Amino acid sequence: MSEHIVEPRIYVRVFAALMALLALTIGVSALDLGLFNWVAALTIAVVKASLVTLYFMHARYGSHQVWLVAGMGIVWFLIMVVLTLSDYVARGVIARP
Amino acid sequence: MAHGTNHTPGLLPQFDDLEQQRVSYNLGMWIFLATEVLFFGGIFMGYIVYRMHYGHAWHEASRHLIMPAGAINTIVLLTSSLTMALAVRHSQLGQNRACARLLLVTMGLGIVFMCIKAFEYHHEYEVGNIPGIRFTYAGPDPGQTQLFYVFYFLMTGVHAIHMIIGVCVVAFMALMSRLGRYSPGHHAPIEMTGLYWHFVDIVWIFLFPLLYLMGYPK
Repeated sequence: MSEHIVEPRIYVRVFAALMALLALTIGVSALDLGLFNWVAALTIAVVKASLVTLYFMHARYGSHQVWLVAGMGIVWFLIMVVLTLSDYVARGVIARP
Repeated sequence: MAHGTNHTPGLLPQFDDLEQQRVSYNLGMWIFLATEVLFFGGIFMGYIVYRMHYGHAWHEASRHLIMPAGAINTIVLLTSSLTMALAVRHSQLGQNRACARLLLVTMGLGIVFMCIKAFEYHHEYEVGNIPGIRFTYAGPDPGQTQLFYVFYFLMTGVHAIHMIIGVCVVAFMALMSRLGRYSPGHHAPIEMTGLYWHFVDIVWIFLFPLLYLMGYPK
C-alpha cells in the first residue's frame, strides 16, 4: 500500500465547499425553523467534518484499518448518546407504579 | 535486514521498512484520535442533556456570545486546515522548504485563532460572564445561564489547550522540516501532526454551531 498524493485543486475545492457550508449554517441559523434549526446545524456540521476527514485527513484513501478505527470512534460516541438519551427522553413516559 | 548493517535514516528497529513504519504510525494516530472523540464526546453529551433541560436559559445565554468572532475563528481554522493539508502534500513530495513555510502559516493562523479567543474571554470577563469568579448576569435563571458559561469555557478551553499543543508541535515540525529531516519515504511525523490538527479543526466545526448559533433566531 503506497500513500496517495492529492492534487492541490481538490484541497482547494474542499476548502471552498467548507466555506460555503459555513455561510449556509450561519444563514440557516437566522431563520426560525424551530426544531429544524438543530437538524440543519448538526447536518451541516457532520458534512463539514466528513469533508475534512475524507480529504484533508486522507481517510478516503486510507486502509481498511483506518476506516475501522474511525468508525469505532463514531460508533462508541453514538452508543453513549443513544443510551443516555434513551434514559432522559423516556423519563416520565412510563408512569411509576 | 539486520539493524546497523543496512541502516535507513529514520527507520526504527522494530519495523521492516519505512512504509510499514508509516502505516503503523498512521493507524496509531487514528486510534489516539478515536480516544479523543470519546474525550470530547463526554463533554458534548453533558451539553446535550443540559441543553434539553435548560433550553430557554441556554438559548438566551448563547445570544450573548460574540457570534462574528466565532465565525471568523471558524474561517481561520478551516484555512489553517487547508495550509496544513498542503504542507503534508509538500512533505510527501520531499519539498521540505515549501512544507516548512506552509507549516509556519498554519501555526500563524493557529495563533490568530488564540488571539481572537483571548479577546472573547476578555470580553466575557468585562461583561461579568465568568462562572464562579465574576458572574453578574441579572436576567432570569442565573443558575442555568451560569451553567451554560461553564460549558462554554470548558469546551472552548479544552479545545484551546489542544490548539496550544498543536501550535507547539507544528512549530517543531516546521523547524525539523526546514532542517531537512524528512524525505518522501520518511515524513510520518508531519502526517501525524496534520491528522491531529484536522481533528482539532473538526471539534471546532461542532463547537461553533452548538455554542454560537443555537441562540439564533430569537
